[in-house]
Amino acid sequence: MSTKSLLRLLAGTLSVVLIAAACGGDDDGVSSADCDVGETDGDLAIYNWAEYIDEEQLAAFSDEFGVSVTMDVYDSNEAMQPIIAAGNSGYSLIVPSDYMVAILIAGEDIQPLNKDAIPNLANISSDFRGLVYDPEGDYTAPYQWGTTGIAVDTAVVGTDFPRTWGLIFDPAIADQYAGRISLLNDPRETIGAALKYLGYSLNSTSQDELDEATALVAASRDRLAAFNTDSSDELLTTGETAVAHGYSGDMFTQFLETEDPSQYVYFVPTEGGTRWIDNMGIPFDAPSPCTAHTFINWLLEAENGAWLSNWNYYGTPNTAAYDLLDEDLFDFISDPAVAPVAILEEIVDTGDFEVNYSDAFTEAKG
Amino acid sequence: MTLAAVPPEETTAGAATPEFERAAARAESRRGFLIAVPAYLYLIVFFAVPLGIVFAYSFANRNRFGEAVFTNIGFDAYRRLAEPIVRDILFRSLWLALLTTGICLLIGYPFSYYLTTRSSKVRNILLVFVMIPFWSNFLVRNYAWRVILGKDGVISRITDFLGLGEVEILFTPSAVVLGLVYGFLPFMILPLYASIERIEMSLIEAGRDLYASGWQSFRRILFPLSKPGVIAGSILVFVPSLGAYVTPEILGGAKTTLLGSYIVTQFLTARNWPVGASLSFVLMAVMLLATIVYFRAGGRNL
Amino acid sequence: MTAVGDRLLPGASVARVGDFARRFSLTRGALAANAWFVYLFFYAPIALLVVFSFSADRNVGRWGGFTLGWYDDFIGNTSIQNAIWVSLRVALLSTVISVVLGTLAAFAIERFRFRGRQAFDALLYLPIIIPDVTMAVMMLLFFSEFFDLLNLLFGADLRKGFASITVSHIAFNISFVSVVVRARLAGMDRRLEEAAMDLYASRWKAFRHVTLPQIAPGVAGGALLALTLSLDDVVVTQFASGPGATTLPVYVFGLIRRGVTPLINSVSVVMLVASVGLVLLSLFVQRSRGGGAVGPPGAVAAGRSRRRS
Repeated sequence: MSTKSLLRLLAGTLSVVLIAAACGGDDDGVSSADCDVGETDGDLAIYNWAEYIDEEQLAAFSDEFGVSVTMDVYDSNEAMQPIIAAGNSGYSLIVPSDYMVAILIAGEDIQPLNKDAIPNLANISSDFRGLVYDPEGDYTAPYQWGTTGIAVDTAVVGTDFPRTWGLIFDPAIADQYAGRISLLNDPRETIGAALKYLGYSLNSTSQDELDEATALVAASRDRLAAFNTDSSDELLTTGETAVAHGYSGDMFTQFLETEDPSQYVYFVPTEGGTRWIDNMGIPFDAPSPCTAHTFINWLLEAENGAWLSNWNYYGTPNTAAYDLLDEDLFDFISDPAVAPVAILEEIVDTGDFEVNYSDAFTEAKG
Repeated sequence: MTLAAVPPEETTAGAATPEFERAAARAESRRGFLIAVPAYLYLIVFFAVPLGIVFAYSFANRNRFGEAVFTNIGFDAYRRLAEPIVRDILFRSLWLALLTTGICLLIGYPFSYYLTTRSSKVRNILLVFVMIPFWSNFLVRNYAWRVILGKDGVISRITDFLGLGEVEILFTPSAVVLGLVYGFLPFMILPLYASIERIEMSLIEAGRDLYASGWQSFRRILFPLSKPGVIAGSILVFVPSLGAYVTPEILGGAKTTLLGSYIVTQFLTARNWPVGASLSFVLMAVMLLATIVYFRAGGRNL
Repeated sequence: MTAVGDRLLPGASVARVGDFARRFSLTRGALAANAWFVYLFFYAPIALLVVFSFSADRNVGRWGGFTLGWYDDFIGNTSIQNAIWVSLRVALLSTVISVVLGTLAAFAIERFRFRGRQAFDALLYLPIIIPDVTMAVMMLLFFSEFFDLLNLLFGADLRKGFASITVSHIAFNISFVSVVVRARLAGMDRRLEEAAMDLYASRWKAFRHVTLPQIAPGVAGGALLALTLSLDDVVVTQFASGPGATTLPVYVFGLIRRGVTPLINSVSVVMLVASVGLVLLSLFVQRSRGGGAVGPPGAVAAGRSRRRS
């Protein structure tokens, strides 16, 4: 046989086998793991956002239960999801955000929780029950939360500014800050802010409303310094911008870094904003689901919930932990301007309409 | 081009009978194949096969949950590429990538030439010192540029001091080009250096005698002989510039969507893999074609 | 024969390029100025990066007073140290393998006509022109199926991790190495190889003692490029990695949501100092052996003889 036909045969066999493997996999339905409280079934590999938990807290879990804990990090839900969905990821615990939980459930990428193994679910605040993406809490337990709103530099905008999205979208107010405004570089958040300003739901699936919001973002483009998600907080406190669309927790930690934190104010505009919630979930093919259950239960203890929040400075859904929180953190997350629960909405996956959001945002950015 | 590659057919030494020549050619072919085989096999298994998988995805459709499904297999994803917004993004990206490549060539060519004029020891050190900055982290380098170009940055302070007022380059297309040139200039320098370094200086001296002007001997001798380096460098700069997405976001404020960002958006924001995949394949086909044309036009007779 | 091989080294021609340039001082001045400009351009952000690694403020760009705190943090941060080790191992291994495969590929394509050559040529270009996110996605899909298959067939328990990252890096690095080496090989004087073959009648020896030394600068350039690409890759690595195999760029990329602190600057400074140190060390070793890696004294003689020919 010539080398060439050998190669061809090899390639052919390989592709047939690969197709067979592709069709063969993941058809076993996902059921919850049979675990007892505090049971461990191997080492724990966590896939989490960076800087979201103290390494020493992981070590404390490791010491208490005699398993080793490794953590790797991702930078977006959309990068994490396909890695989990493809299978063989090796992770036993992931931390997806709200809308992504719905997608993971739909794709059978995460397994139902065995609630009997997590008695500390009782510590979760009523604000975090009956959530639209996981109504019964069957698949996930909330990890941390925050809101999306506007942060301003009072040295530029004064202290008597209107608490509205108009700071960005209304030419009469916003033009004076031209070149010193930033919006998040995220279709759902930014188009969502425009939708809120116009009085619509940020989960709107009406093309007319979307078009209106797109035109609004496009019209404010010339006033913007940048569309930026990762450093909206830094750009504000370094004086690059004066009005910044951003996340509560990022802004709060950033303010504390400055000489005079009171120079900056974060608020959710009166038209409403986003509440985001990150959650703990267990991948469908988790190698050690029981250790993962035990970890979730452990993190929902009062001391550990407080340790988590006092370290990453985001809000905790754990009512038992409230008393143990740092005072300024507690003040911040219970400030009605920061978390006006009544006017907050979670981002929900809109299915096919996600494509429209993405296209609209590309169009608005030019 | 007397010195340049003699077509391999002519290299089997010695005039002989046709049979002998044919046998020699066959042996030659087998030998070439055997040398290529390790890389060939590797790329088939670990590149071509995976590529085949995404190629299949480019004919799939996105379902409600953002998964690629293979019902209604067709060209839907490719059809979306005809939309005006994609065309605008494509032309804008091509322009910026060309500009980046041009600037890199303009700076990189004399630089590489200069390197070859140094003594062999110094040359190696200088070359390594070109690369060392790039062993730090590329995000950190981009952030450093943001500080330099920002409102209170070094550039703004210098222009202010000179009475030109504060010039803010950050978050403009110029900042993006600057960032791209910074990021990809070494990719131009390495192949240019490798190809200029081997040129026989006696040729240029002969050229001096014939043409008598430095520019002429550069244009007629040095440049043509270094063309393989120019081509390789241009490809290594042009291609990643077209696909860049971190620099446009950090230094350009994401205000102008470029092709790289658009493709990333399809995969990692819209979770529309079929469109992302089809866009990639169209881009790759165009680039491959351009590369081949470029080579045929400029490279083959080297 | 080593002596003959050495004498055929390149390098010498270069010295003559130098002679030529030295005669035209105006051009020479402009060239030198350009070179200084390029180095200034390359090192300006590096200088800033170094300065802010000593700043107490969490934001790069806002000076907060001198501190060594970030270096202290670095010493105490095991995640970052692990990430650096993973990065270095992946980079070195993938560079070595892709330099061998890429150089062979370049040699085969530039020097031989064989069946499948054009397909190979095209295949070699694809890893360069593919958008990296596309490559990332395809490696993810490939490895998950591939490991499913292996686990199915052999009952193995394979997962993505160090090996799959390295395999992916080699897949793109082969092409980058071969492009640089080809730029060197194309149009290289073949008569030396042929002369050598006439003398020794062994292709391998001709390659080893004539061709390889001649293309050494190309191979070195390709290796530098491969190393750099591997050390900076984020997306492909992220999608090909698994538990415990986070590389430094992936780790840093994850940090940007909470802001990249001077901690990362201090990490970069340590890596820069280490690489400069290695370079100086290798120079010292070369000097004490009495010759450079490329272009030893013999080359000059070879060059002279070539000029006479």
